[in-house]
Amino acid sequence: MPHCSAKLAGELFFTFFRIGAFTFGGGYAMIPLIQREAAERRGWIGEAELLDVVAVAESTPGPIAVNAATYVGWRVGGFAGALLATLGVILPSFFIILFLSAALGRFAAVRAVRYAFLGVKAGVLALILRAAVRLYRQCPKDALSCVLMGASFALCALLDVPVIAVLIGCALCGCAAAWAAGRRQK
Amino acid sequence: MIFWELFFTFFTIGAFTFGGGYAMLPLIRQAVAARGWLTAEELLDFIAVSESTPGPFAVNIATYVGVRTAGLAGALCATLGVVLPSFLVILLVARAVDRFRKSRWVEGCLSGLRPAVVGLIASALAASAATVFFPAGLSAVRWDDPALWLSAGILAVSLLLIFRIKLHPIAVLCLCAALGVAGGYALHL
Repeated sequence: MPHCSAKLAGELFFTFFRIGAFTFGGGYAMIPLIQREAAERRGWIGEAELLDVVAVAESTPGPIAVNAATYVGWRVGGFAGALLATLGVILPSFFIILFLSAALGRFAAVRAVRYAFLGVKAGVLALILRAAVRLYRQCPKDALSCVLMGASFALCALLDVPVIAVLIGCALCGCAAAWAAGRRQK
Repeated sequence: MIFWELFFTFFTIGAFTFGGGYAMLPLIRQAVAARGWLTAEELLDFIAVSESTPGPFAVNIATYVGVRTAGLAGALCATLGVVLPSFLVILLVARAVDRFRKSRWVEGCLSGLRPAVVGLIASALAASAATVFFPAGLSAVRWDDPALWLSAGILAVSLLLIFRIKLHPIAVLCLCAALGVAGGYALHL
């Protein structure tokens, strides 16, 4: 496991603090910043490793930004590095929201603010649709995928089945399909 | 105890979100609404706030729900909860990245999870649309309500801005807020 000196620890923390403080929209928006700060500027990871970072961050549970920070931190500075990079990337959010939450409650009664949020809610629908369209484009469209897509929509929207149950069920279906495909190859 | 409940709820959310960002929305909707921590409307408002402030959506919403429900200690518990699964899983996976990436079981799980997330987001979108357009429920729709038509108009404008003109989300939200204020005063809502 790599050793994490005090200097490296500080650099990891502040680099990811900066990444956390300047990424709007989270997730994928953070990847180019990680590339610039951690790969080009610090040379902590190579271009090829960056692909590893993205692949791992996408295929493990949790926010992509946190996954990527923990992974880069671990690669560069072991456990201490992972801890500092993760803390760095979440602290800006944490403090900004703490500060804002007080303000949000105070202005909620103002008439203009109420109107503004009425408009913003409609805009948020468009943003959720954008996220759905993006994920749909990335998703393979074979028969099993289409069935799972439709089934999870119906189960959640019409029958109000717990989301976690739907996720576990679909993961099991995917595993079963992989198992069946493996047996057919033999 | 509220602190434990916050921690555990957000731990579960962190452990079951694949794809990041709004992939978390269906889970958050169910978990947060079931416990009465935020109304459906407040959740939509907060999505706009989160989009306009830096940082991952998951961390922002965990901190916000935590601080509103149980103050600073609540914010700490919820944020720690949402981050911890990521942290632990990455520490495990990082030791065997190649094995993890080439594993047939991991690929199998993901091939089931990817379409599930699309279906679940679509259901969250449908539920959110109902919250915006029919706040009193489908049985009590008032088609002559000017607020409904103002929302529909703003939605049409933002769809155009996002999908055709590809304007930045924060710019779209600012414009929506301005349209909301102008429309709200003009229609005396």
